[in-house]
Amino acid sequence: MTLPRRPAAIAALTVLALSSCGTGAPAGTEDVTLIIAANSISGGKNSESADWIKRWVIPEFERTHQNVKVLFQPSGVNDEQYKTKIALDLKSGTGADVIDLDGIWVGEFAQAGYVKPLTDVGGPTVDSWEGWSQIPQAVQGLGIFDGKKYGLPQGTDGRVLFYNKTLFAKAGLPEAWQPKNWEEIVAAGQKLKAAGVPAPIQINAGTAMGEATTMQGVLPLLAGAGSEIYTDGKWTGASQPLKDVLAFYQQLYSAGLSDPKLQQEAKGRDKSFAQFAAGKIGILAESDYFWRSVIEPKAGVAPMADRDTAVGYAKIPAKTPGGGIRGQDFVSMSGGAVRVLNPNSKNPKLAWDLLAFMHSAAAVKSQLAGQARISPRTDVNTEVLGADPMLEYVAEEVLPVTAYRPGLAVYPQVSVALQEATAAVVSGRGADEAATAYQSKLEGLVGGADHVTAG
Amino acid sequence: MAPTTSPPGDAAGLGKARAAAFVLPALVLIGVFLVFPALWTIYLGLTDYRLTGLAAADPQVVGLDNYTDALTDPRFLTSLWLTVAYVGGSAVIGQAGLGFTLAWILRGRTGPVRRAVEGVVLLSWILPSTVVGFLWFALLDRDDGTLNALLHTPGLAWLLDHPLLSIIVFNVWRGTAFSMMLYSAALENVPPSHLETARLAGAGVPQQLRDVVLPLIRRHVLTNLLLISLWTFNDFTPFVLTGGGPEGRSEILPVYVYNIALKGGELGAGAAVSFLILLINLIFALAYLRLLRGRRKSLTGPPA
Repeated sequence: MTLPRRPAAIAALTVLALSSCGTGAPAGTEDVTLIIAANSISGGKNSESADWIKRWVIPEFERTHQNVKVLFQPSGVNDEQYKTKIALDLKSGTGADVIDLDGIWVGEFAQAGYVKPLTDVGGPTVDSWEGWSQIPQAVQGLGIFDGKKYGLPQGTDGRVLFYNKTLFAKAGLPEAWQPKNWEEIVAAGQKLKAAGVPAPIQINAGTAMGEATTMQGVLPLLAGAGSEIYTDGKWTGASQPLKDVLAFYQQLYSAGLSDPKLQQEAKGRDKSFAQFAAGKIGILAESDYFWRSVIEPKAGVAPMADRDTAVGYAKIPAKTPGGGIRGQDFVSMSGGAVRVLNPNSKNPKLAWDLLAFMHSAAAVKSQLAGQARISPRTDVNTEVLGADPMLEYVAEEVLPVTAYRPGLAVYPQVSVALQEATAAVVSGRGADEAATAYQSKLEGLVGGADHVTAG
Repeated sequence: MAPTTSPPGDAAGLGKARAAAFVLPALVLIGVFLVFPALWTIYLGLTDYRLTGLAAADPQVVGLDNYTDALTDPRFLTSLWLTVAYVGGSAVIGQAGLGFTLAWILRGRTGPVRRAVEGVVLLSWILPSTVVGFLWFALLDRDDGTLNALLHTPGLAWLLDHPLLSIIVFNVWRGTAFSMMLYSAALENVPPSHLETARLAGAGVPQQLRDVVLPLIRRHVLTNLLLISLWTFNDFTPFVLTGGGPEGRSEILPVYVYNIALKGGELGAGAAVSFLILLINLIFALAYLRLLRGRRKSLTGPPA
């Protein structure tokens, strides 16, 4: 008689499992639960941010809001996996109340209906928030799609070339290094190679690195070759600047200045961090995230105790001086994460309160305590950035020359096409061949040759 | 109702209504969790449904585009070929071959050696996939891998230079236990007297295997091959080791579906490929079942 009972038991279990996925208790006089989700985890990825949420945000918010319980849902995975998880959460009508997203995903999430404008979810109090006046327009843009505000930006960043001064000294290169064109990067790489550095230059390439390839590699180089990926309603195809970028990759790999294997490994980016920290990489193109979260002496994932003295940073030069976008000598790319509200939240007003609280001056300052980063708030930045010369450098030297990615839903697919083009070059195919393949893939993605510039 | 009055074919004597009532709960579960998702997959495969973006909110039916795209996509064809090599190398040759060899060697043996071998082989089978994946990652890693330390070959990138071979060896190691146990049980059914007779008639080991053992365990062999090739065809574990990389060189079909459907967000295209995989699985299964049935008929003789 056990057999007929089993399906009933399975059904009961299924119901239990499904109902436990909900986001918490309904609003009312009884206790209310809010959940914060972020791709950060104590002792792992973005550890300091996870600690801040657990040690500051949650206790402070619960102190001023009786009957509210705030939970933190950590993740420590690569960005693509996190994005998939959040998309599936939102699609199935569940998920955390306040969610971390990369600003570049806002467009596609909004188009899919997974996120709604903040005022639609949080109500009219959103527009009267004191923080808006403190966030510069360019930074607010990270959370804006189609003219509507979907998320609060957490700050922005800039890309630079990090270099290991110890290795530079060994290779007879200057301690204060600032290349003025791409050739000087290659020249430095050759000296490092002659001095026995295993991987003189690491500029991310290949699909395994994901968006890091596009953001730390292709796009800054493309800006240095004088082109943005999307201008005046058209995507950049196999144009001369793109071919220049691929040819530069080819130059690095054919001269043995970069490690092609590193671009193919499933955990290649993490390895590039570890290898830079271990003194095996001479020059690494990365965002200031690398400085404040990776090689940070105490909480970094690949800490360097002598970071402040041993690691230098330089602006990314244009291919030739004046050859960058807008006629610039130096270029960079910026992005940044935002926090959005879950439209399915059972307590949307309260969720907005929590979100606004996480972006208040006091909260932002407490997040920065002990370390500096470029916060979204001008009032906080003027107070804290002086404490870290690297971040002050990014704010004053890099952000004025930077560019942002187009906030369009198709961008992530274009990004993959760019990654595949670099992968082809790294594995030994010609730059022109890779550019042609990229062009045809791009035309398929963006709806025909009319939307692509070439030649 | 007494058994004597039950119509022929109703061995349990339940009658149609009560039999249906017993089967119904199971059929409902199969319908909800198996048939409906399968039909839903077919529908999804005909749309441009995506994980994010406009097509997530309002998917359009695009007909057979996803299927024609997949069948003309060199990445799909490469992936299909890699999967065939993976199934052939790791399941049919590796697991079945090694499993039989172990079962043959250990046959009739007792004591600590047999228990130790069986224990080790079983252990690799019962460990969770993710744990095993990380163990093998630690073994084959380029920088700090155990294998490179043992062989004194620092920097040899097994997973990058030989991705397919790596996951084949990995899967042989992982799945041999099932074949070994099944063949051990099958070999116990081979009467020792038959082997004795064959030996007395002067048959060597290959001849004994071919003329005595194989005819007796043929159905076990086919069942085993059917099960392990279907499992291996749908195996996702290599993802833990290589993620389908480098640049798609170990991207077997399940990983390919994951990469396009979830990583790339093209749920419609992923569903279409899933359906193609389902068809391939059906063809596999039908071919094996035909072989099995043909064997059974010839054993019981022609119908009167």
